Amino acid sequence: MENILQEIGIDNYIYLSTLLFCVGAFGVLFRRNAIVMFMSIEIMLNAVNLLLVAFSTYHQDAAGQIFVFFSMAVAAAEVAVGLAILVAVYRNVKGIDIDNLKNLKG
Amino acid sequence: METNLALLLLFAPFAGFLINVFFGKKIGKNASGYLGTAAVAVSFVVTLFFFLQVSSTKKAISVELFEWLNLQNFTVGFNFLLDQLSLLWLMFVTGIGTLIHLYSISYMHDDENMHKFFAYLNLFVFFMLTLVMGSNLLIMFIGWEGVGLCSYLLIGFWYKNQDYNDAAKKAFIMNRIGDLGFLIGIFILAHIFHTLEYTNIRTAVENAWTIDRTWLTIAMLCLFIGACGKSAQIPLYTWLPDAMAGPTPVSALIHAATMVTAGIFMVTRLNFLFNLTPDVLEVMAIVGAITSLIAASIGLVQNDIKKVLAYSTVSQLGLMFLALGCGAYEIAVFHVITHAFFKACLFLGSGSVIHALHGEQDMRNMGGLRKVMKITFATFLISTLAISGLPPFSGFFSKDEILMTAFHHNTVLYVIGSLASIMTAFYMFRLLYLTFYKDFRGTEEQKHHLHESPGLITFPLIVLAILALVGGAISLPGASWLNEYLAPVIAKPAVHHHLGPTEYMLMGIAVVGALVGIGIAYAKYMNKGEVPPQDSEIKGVAGLLYNKYYVDEVYTAIIVKPIYAIGSFFKNVTEAAISGLVFGFGKAAVFLGKQGGAVQNGSVGFYLLIFVLGICAIVGSIFLIK
Repeated sequence: MENILQEIGIDNYIYLSTLLFCVGAFGVLFRRNAIVMFMSIEIMLNAVNLLLVAFSTYHQDAAGQIFVFFSMAVAAAEVAVGLAILVAVYRNVKGIDIDNLKNLKG
Repeated sequence: METNLALLLLFAPFAGFLINVFFGKKIGKNASGYLGTAAVAVSFVVTLFFFLQVSSTKKAISVELFEWLNLQNFTVGFNFLLDQLSLLWLMFVTGIGTLIHLYSISYMHDDENMHKFFAYLNLFVFFMLTLVMGSNLLIMFIGWEGVGLCSYLLIGFWYKNQDYNDAAKKAFIMNRIGDLGFLIGIFILAHIFHTLEYTNIRTAVENAWTIDRTWLTIAMLCLFIGACGKSAQIPLYTWLPDAMAGPTPVSALIHAATMVTAGIFMVTRLNFLFNLTPDVLEVMAIVGAITSLIAASIGLVQNDIKKVLAYSTVSQLGLMFLALGCGAYEIAVFHVITHAFFKACLFLGSGSVIHALHGEQDMRNMGGLRKVMKITFATFLISTLAISGLPPFSGFFSKDEILMTAFHHNTVLYVIGSLASIMTAFYMFRLLYLTFYKDFRGTEEQKHHLHESPGLITFPLIVLAILALVGGAISLPGASWLNEYLAPVIAKPAVHHHLGPTEYMLMGIAVVGALVGIGIAYAKYMNKGEVPPQDSEIKGVAGLLYNKYYVDEVYTAIIVKPIYAIGSFFKNVTEAAISGLVFGFGKAAVFLGKQGGAVQNGSVGFYLLIFVLGICAIVGSIFLIK
């Protein structure tokens, strides 16, 4: 464990995870395809997970890693629900472009 | 036993009111009328019982029901006091009330709302009984307000006529002004004495040496203002002549015989307090004398038969206040009683005439009724002689005593009172001649329908005329039953002047004065056969009098108009400022809502952008604050 952090410094993890998070955020903002947006959200999530694990190691504290387990489990459930919603959306509007989802506009 | 009887006395008219209100239409006109009459008759019988008991035992009956208010050192009980004064008042309220109810059965028979009329009359009697029977000022105030309400309801009884409604409102508002004075007076008395029971106040007055005279004077002045409102004295008298808009029995019962004497009742009730404030008594005497003169002078030229009687009532009430102001409470009460008899008779007689002429009230269109309406004429003549103050009719004794007292009190007031009396004799005989003598001046159709009124109308007239004839016997000069009877409730009896040469001379002057008034009326309306000119031809002094000194117009100009002006000013201001502000808030909210609504454009991408920017802002602010 220590070796990994000695070989690759904690700052690199921070850079990577920031980068991943930004990629995810911009993906959410600029893509119109719901599935791609969904994937972008997953990237953001995993960026955070990565950071959690990295800091967990850095602080010699297992709590962060356990937290990541929970986070992944919840993310899995979220994916299941999210994909189900997408299927339902597809059936209703014949597409998954989010610009089509304007039926609720007042 | 006494409690139950007293409650029966009080609540019989109220029961009549309830039944007439809820079932009056179902039970039919006659039943409703007789029921209303019976309710008051029951009260009369019970009153008679109490009256006989108290006049023999000479002990007041006190009925204590329950404690109404209980503050730290101030309690008000819901109690009634049946003493000599209240029983005397109850006697003629219920007695004349019964007669007038009886009269109304026939008089109001063609009215579709007869049951309502009797309900109101019963309610009036109930409140009048409350006013008279109460043992403290607060209960009197309940009755005081109640009779005002009933007066309003009955003046505006024919509510489809807007003028009548206005008259009703005028009466109510004028009374309210007086009532405010009355209420303030009660508050100050409560502050001074910590009690409102008459007996307790009287004990306090007799035992305590230090009473704050300034506050007491203010209180009595306020109470006098209340009396002015109810008893139609200057400056609050203008409602009474307008109150004649109501059906004639109402004018007789409320606006001549009973309610308008409430102010005199109140002053007599509190005579031991008024004795302590001679200044207020002086004001009262002056106001009474002036009212009496002004009202009598207006009465000289009125052509509406009921208006003449109305101004005559105001004038007679003025004389009563003159007597009160001279400290002669018994004499004022005496005049109240005789006045109740002959004025009720006069009003009912005029009602009989109006009834025969199908609503005609203008004396210029009457005349010659003597031959057709014999009973009405005879009773009217007796009452006219009584009010003019000719012996041996009742009015002579009471009016003469008032003038005699005034003479010993203040010569100027005596002269004013005497002038008013002479005018009274003139206008009453003017009324009599124009109505009953010469030839009929109405339309042919009216002439064809002329008839004497039915028995239900003439019977009360006859009874009242007899009372007007012999009523003076209750207080003959030198041997007065009334003064003796009232002695326990009057703290300081009026100075009774020995019947010497001066007194006989005064009597002579009064009689001669009345005869002069009658003589002028005779010369003018019998010998010359004059008929008052049409409205447009009334000019000069007569025009001033005919238009009632333009008092109504003056009140309109200096009180009503400015109040309206203030009202419309504030209406405009509030309209602009407050409503503008409120509407402004509303408009701002709508505007902001529209702007905010534009953000909700339905584009998920846009929402997400805002979401991310929001998160960035939160995170950024957290770091910046740190």
